[in-house]
Amino acid sequence: MTAVEVPPRVVGTRLRRREDPALLTGEARFVADLTVPGTLHAAIVRSPVAHARIRSVDLAPALALPGVVAAYTGEDLQGDWAATLPCAWPVTADMKSPAHRPLAVGTVNYVGDAVAVVLAESEYAAHDAAEAVVVDYDPLAAVLDLEDAASDRVLVHEDLGTNVSYTWELSPDPDAVERAFAEAAHTVSGRYVQQRLLPSAMEPRGVLVVPHPFGGDFTVYSATQIPHILRVMLAVTVGVPETSLRVVAPSVGGGFGSKLNVYAEEALALALARKTRKPVRWIEERSEQAVSTIHGRGQIQHIDLAADAGGRITAVRVRLLADMGAYLQLVTPGVPLLGAFLYTGVYDVGAYSFSCTSVFTTKTPTDAYRGAGRPEATYAIERAIDALAREMDLDPAEIRRRNFIPADRFPYDSVAGLVFDSGNYVAALDRCLEIAGYEELRADQARRREEGDPRQIGLGLSSYVEMCGLAPSRVLASLNYSAGGWEAATVRVLPTGKVQVVTGTSPHGQGHETSWSMIAADRLGISPGDVEVLHSDTAVAPYGMDTYGSRSLAVGGTAVYLATERVIDKARRIAAHQLEAAEEDVRLVAGQFQVQGSPDRAMPLAAVAFEAFTAHNLPEGMEPNLEASSHFDPPNFTFPFGTHLAVVEVDTETGAARLLRYVAVDDCGNQINPLIVEGQVHGGIVQGAAQALWEEASYDDDGNLVSTTLADYLVPSAAEVPTFETDSTVTPSPTNPMGVKGVGEAGTIAAAPAVMNAIVDALSTHGVSDIDMPASPQRICRAIQEVRP
Amino acid sequence: MKVSVRVNGVGHEHEVEPRTLLVHYLRDVVGLTGTNIGCDTSSCGACTVLIGGESVKSCTVLAVQADGADITTIEGLADGDRLHPVQEAFREHHALQCGYCTPGMVMAAVSLLAENPDPTEAEVREGLEGNLCRCTGYHNIVKAILAAARVPAESAAS
Repeated sequence: MTAVEVPPRVVGTRLRRREDPALLTGEARFVADLTVPGTLHAAIVRSPVAHARIRSVDLAPALALPGVVAAYTGEDLQGDWAATLPCAWPVTADMKSPAHRPLAVGTVNYVGDAVAVVLAESEYAAHDAAEAVVVDYDPLAAVLDLEDAASDRVLVHEDLGTNVSYTWELSPDPDAVERAFAEAAHTVSGRYVQQRLLPSAMEPRGVLVVPHPFGGDFTVYSATQIPHILRVMLAVTVGVPETSLRVVAPSVGGGFGSKLNVYAEEALALALARKTRKPVRWIEERSEQAVSTIHGRGQIQHIDLAADAGGRITAVRVRLLADMGAYLQLVTPGVPLLGAFLYTGVYDVGAYSFSCTSVFTTKTPTDAYRGAGRPEATYAIERAIDALAREMDLDPAEIRRRNFIPADRFPYDSVAGLVFDSGNYVAALDRCLEIAGYEELRADQARRREEGDPRQIGLGLSSYVEMCGLAPSRVLASLNYSAGGWEAATVRVLPTGKVQVVTGTSPHGQGHETSWSMIAADRLGISPGDVEVLHSDTAVAPYGMDTYGSRSLAVGGTAVYLATERVIDKARRIAAHQLEAAEEDVRLVAGQFQVQGSPDRAMPLAAVAFEAFTAHNLPEGMEPNLEASSHFDPPNFTFPFGTHLAVVEVDTETGAARLLRYVAVDDCGNQINPLIVEGQVHGGIVQGAAQALWEEASYDDDGNLVSTTLADYLVPSAAEVPTFETDSTVTPSPTNPMGVKGVGEAGTIAAAPAVMNAIVDALSTHGVSDIDMPASPQRICRAIQEVRP
Repeated sequence: MKVSVRVNGVGHEHEVEPRTLLVHYLRDVVGLTGTNIGCDTSSCGACTVLIGGESVKSCTVLAVQADGADITTIEGLADGDRLHPVQEAFREHHALQCGYCTPGMVMAAVSLLAENPDPTEAEVREGLEGNLCRCTGYHNIVKAILAAARVPAESAAS
């Protein structure tokens, strides 16, 4: 038998991305790049006050301007909606949710709330006209502070009778928690503030709706992460039959959760295209985005740990106060729940209780931002375990070692009710400390302390586990989420042997075209260059649950894998028929279907595909063509993990904190393309570190957002961050056939607590035990002054 | 007002409103949409182009101020099918994810390397201060620019 040359496997290689040439040359088309003749440009009139009754809206000055075609108030469009803007996650049966109309009617409830819309023949004319609209407001008191909101002193929505949207608890055994605290040798308590963040994708949002008035259809181009969900929700909200809506997400310039939503402007553009029978386009401006796109985080966290004399954590108790903002957007109320299962972190804890009270404020709605609930949970437990280490005078690495879930306990039944699929937490910690040279860093720290160096260094560890691969549909049902968590894929081999992969995921920077082509090519034994990947267009990929929550690979990639396997099964049957061999004797080797033991009896995939296409000689009863689909519903979440170490230098005289080094060891299971994995980690780290050091969506006492531009909201530049030191361990997931877990949010989840632990560590000899984020020079100086005797 | 410019070697002449920003002129009038808009305060650098070989945020310039200028946008950088060495290095080192900041980032890098052909890592980081990226954490962007700096001048020019 002649040796068959098996091509090297493409999965696991650092294949360069196929997406890049179009993006590098300006050829890629983002929504703002699309032009359709006759388009009307929309501009929104937004509330400049946090809370007010609308006395009157005068559109006449706007309508008098040249180029202005139409203008509407919320009252004018009352009849254009079939439903209010959707919230898909009613977490409790009695959750309070205010009516959320695309344009406000009666009252405005945050700075940025949409009041009127103007349509004009040019963008400049539309913006001029929006400024000319005169709105008379009767101001009401703003509701800004979460504890004040919970007291119901001033109501955001009078008709609801309370500012509390819901209270949700997870307390499997309250007595066990009480007992653990009563018997504890050590307890620590923390109150941590998760400041509001602006997701700040570099591409602002935008939407273009093109009507086809005589066909009755609409094409919606939107800078969205969720074309499929958007299609369903726009049908429901605007009352257009789903079959009349095609939603396309063209090139999308980042999302980080901020484009995982159904926004007022998307519904408005569709309704106005229906009304005017003209294409309607709205492009968000950056300072508009600060108030009109969802914010992230916004929680006050109370966490208590009980530990025995050996520093082993026996119970974790968590109380959250979560800021919903003025309305519930698509998954606003569910965000705290995504963290609720992870406040015990990577530790083997026997008793746990969690409760969350979510309140309305007169601020921009919050919703999922990179990590969504999991960064918050990780922050609280990782800050608290460092506090426990200080209380017991143990090294932070040592206290983690004593508490890790041991590698031999997987699959691990967590106290919160999840089954962690696989893990080896100590291995990731060890590798991280080794790369960092932890002992030498501690020695440097000791030397600086001894010398009284004004520039102290701190080491901050963060060991995390997250739940990815959203999500098993039955689990979503138990959490009252309104949809499933599956993902769809179709794989078809065309007559020439080229392969099409159709996916329900919707990439916006993650490189799915590259990775999905690798998955299919690897199984089929062909070049990834012979596989095209189609996505983000409901006319091309009708089924999908889109891209968020580090789900795309573990769920969508698995669907691609399973559909490819089905194609191979059918192709094998065709090849066996053609080669007159028994099906079980035919194997796929290097893109050829071969009869075992007779390597000269073989058919390349392309020949099989052509046979399937002509259908001249197929097995009796077999349908033509070589195509298969999979709708994969994952049996469990996946649980990536890792340990990060931040080394921060803090100038105790100026309060300046500088990230000197950052070491990240992540385990996302098997990797399809390590180049892409590393890129996700790098970007995630900077977003997490930015929460710790720079970013905050801050409001003044009247409820005005004061950080509305990139000059005020400090998204870091290259000059603020170091080169990262990254590595990975590989613990495959048993949840899916490729053993993959997901990596989109890991960096963001790990980084904020690592950086903050480092800052507190640097200042611990000054007596500082806590600093709020972002740890600005002012905050650091104040913290040092407050503890100075 | 009349504006007359060369963009990527091609002459253009148009009547524009005096308040028209160069970036809107390039995108909406000339039709070159590769230059992106990421903010409204000249903070993000997504709209960076070269004017006379130097990087300029095209949202800080009125189209009429650019009258007579020789402008290069991202569309003018590759030589036919052959990517510019900075574009090539960005691809090789995975220095882009969503790609929205990329045209501006590449133009800023080209200008940076023209001024300082052999920069240190710190010089690259400082040189990019005016260009924001939300995806990459800058790690691979810095790596790509340092790698592009090492490409021998003759192979870059040929």
